Amino acid sequence: MHNILELKNLQKQYATQKAVDDVSFSIEQGSIFGLLGPNGAGKTTLLRMITGIFYPDSGDLLFDGKPFDPQNDFVHIGYMPEERGLYKKMKIGEQAMYLAQLKGLSKSEALEKIKFWFKKFEMESWWNKKVEDLSKGMSQKLQFVTTVLHEPKLIILDEPFSGLDPLNANLIKDEIYGLAQRGSTIIFSTHRMEQVEEICDHIILMNLGKKILDGTVTDVKQQFKENKFNVQFKGQPTELASPIFTIEHQEKQQLIVKINEGYNSNHVLNYLLQQDVLIERFNEILPSLNDIFIHLVEGSKATTRAFQNN
Amino acid sequence: MNKIFLVASREFKTRVQKKTFLLSTIGLPILIFGFYALMIYFQVKTTDNFKVAVSDQSKLFNGKIDDKKSTEVIFSFMDADTTALNKKLIDGAFDAYLFIPNGYNLQSGEPQISFRSSKALGLMTRDKIEDRINNALEEKKLLALNISKGQLDSARLENNAIAFTTNDGKKNNETKVGISYVVGMIAGFLIYIILFVYGTMVMRGVMEEKVSRIAEVIVSSVKPFELMLGKIFGIGAVGLIQFIIWMVLVFGLQFLIPVIFPDVAAQMQSAPIQPGAMGAVNVAKESGALQGIMAGLAEINFTLIIGCFVFYFLGGYFMYAALFAAVGSAVNEDPQDAQSLLLPIMMPIIFAMVIMTKAVNDPNSTLAIFGSLFPLTSPIVMMARVAHGVPDGVTVVQLIASMALLVLGFLGTTWVAAKIYRTGILMYGKKVTWKEMWKWAFKNN
Repeated sequence: MHNILELKNLQKQYATQKAVDDVSFSIEQGSIFGLLGPNGAGKTTLLRMITGIFYPDSGDLLFDGKPFDPQNDFVHIGYMPEERGLYKKMKIGEQAMYLAQLKGLSKSEALEKIKFWFKKFEMESWWNKKVEDLSKGMSQKLQFVTTVLHEPKLIILDEPFSGLDPLNANLIKDEIYGLAQRGSTIIFSTHRMEQVEEICDHIILMNLGKKILDGTVTDVKQQFKENKFNVQFKGQPTELASPIFTIEHQEKQQLIVKINEGYNSNHVLNYLLQQDVLIERFNEILPSLNDIFIHLVEGSKATTRAFQNN
Repeated sequence: MNKIFLVASREFKTRVQKKTFLLSTIGLPILIFGFYALMIYFQVKTTDNFKVAVSDQSKLFNGKIDDKKSTEVIFSFMDADTTALNKKLIDGAFDAYLFIPNGYNLQSGEPQISFRSSKALGLMTRDKIEDRINNALEEKKLLALNISKGQLDSARLENNAIAFTTNDGKKNNETKVGISYVVGMIAGFLIYIILFVYGTMVMRGVMEEKVSRIAEVIVSSVKPFELMLGKIFGIGAVGLIQFIIWMVLVFGLQFLIPVIFPDVAAQMQSAPIQPGAMGAVNVAKESGALQGIMAGLAEINFTLIIGCFVFYFLGGYFMYAALFAAVGSAVNEDPQDAQSLLLPIMMPIIFAMVIMTKAVNDPNSTLAIFGSLFPLTSPIVMMARVAHGVPDGVTVVQLIASMALLVLGFLGTTWVAAKIYRTGILMYGKKVTWKEMWKWAFKNN
């Protein structure tokens, strides 16, 4: 698979600090990529460089294999920033037309695509309404439509689900999957880890302007697993002490064990089978991204930096 | 370029389609006109068919006050004593009576002439009646001294008894100087208003984009500089259109007055106090100076003035609009913040206004020359000098230099403003100081 985007040693310095400090990664075409990090980690700055709003101080940015040229490549990018809004006094149809035309679509193309998306999202009756009459969720939908309308190769969504009810969130989620299947690449920035786990193929975690984690969701979980297993059984075990594992938590019919160095899960199972119990369930406990996130970020100066950044 | 046009046309359309635009562009002049028309109407109409009975016991007027054929105040002579007159006045046979007692002495004015009305007289009506009676009395007095009205008029000195000239042999026409003064003042003041009104409009437009959080969405497809220019052009076009409509309406409605009130124009000649330009013309007509004003107007180079007006209007607007945009970008939700940031921009505009009031009087003073060259003040000050003509008010070299400096000033402020704007529109939740804006503008980032 070829990379839609490659970042090589990207740096951006503000007056007092390095907002993005030597960040490199690449994104495969058609993947859903999660950009994670606490507030003030430098995510927004990074995204603004990828969208051509900011220029990096140093480093290279390759878009679709060629050096990134914001002047021409902007038509292939759709950006929904975290701080997003619409012109309140403008009619919704006109607004969508305007944003589409700014992305280089002709009037007729824009009209055709807007009609298609409005129909899909059941927004046709909105055309002559004003944005100020829309609820937050409704304007969110409109923003999503205007972001993906021009069929960009790269779609960047910063907290796309904030303020959406589960129904509309699912609608957008399905669209995201659909867009990825049709070849668009999606960068998804958030601090809602459960969404990342559900949607993303690949993630990077940023903190204090640096990349501190990079990999697929499964790899990352494997990397941070603590060899914990959940055992559910029936019956009374004769003895539950062994050099193979340590018991982390014990209930009447359930155990959480941590396998010690030099052993594996089969050793545990073997041992338990000899204890005259009926094993009902045996599964590995993988850390959630949330746990990994907290584990990695906690204790750093992330919070203070977030304040300085503003 | 295409994107600047897209942005500009959105700015233009959303503003022009607003109800407030129609209201302020068309409604306001009509409202002013209506007010103006009503004022004239009432002024003229209050005295319609005011009947005054005249009882001339000493046969002073021989049955006629003057030659005026007016429907406002009608004098009708009758022979009656005050008791009879009083009775008729109460009955409503007339609105008032004038009683000239027997043996009235023109020179001493004794015994006094009395005037009695059923109601208290309005100021205008009283003025008109007093005026006509006094004029008639004056004529009678002059006649008694064997002086005719014609003799008196010719004895009065005309305005052009002394010939004022300048060193280069040009006639220094007083009327022309007066007109230049008025034209310069109006033109300078208009530009002053334009800078404020449309500059603030640009600032509010930028603030709106920031507050509604659309700025970042837009700058991912448009360069901030293009967005700023588009906004400035769009609002400039709104200003230009609005201005043209106002001008057309104001001039059009002026000419409508005599059409709507056919008798008004005629009656206004006799009105002692007249509002506005028509009054001035009438006064001029009476004193015979109309030709002078016409000649003065003809001497003023209106092509030059209108040309310069458009140039300085646009140049000044573009220069200041960029600065207003920069301030708008630096302000957060709180409009209070805008106040303090605006001050340094408003200072030169107000300063220019002060210089302008001096420059209309003395277009070639050092202060006026400086003010008309310095780009931040030139749009306002130069109009005052241009009104006096080339080369009387301003030399060709100075005019060209001023225009060139204004273009440079416009490029300069736009360059600085664009850098502030670029950083400012994406900055949230932080109160920005001038020091920081300076850093944004002059430090590479």
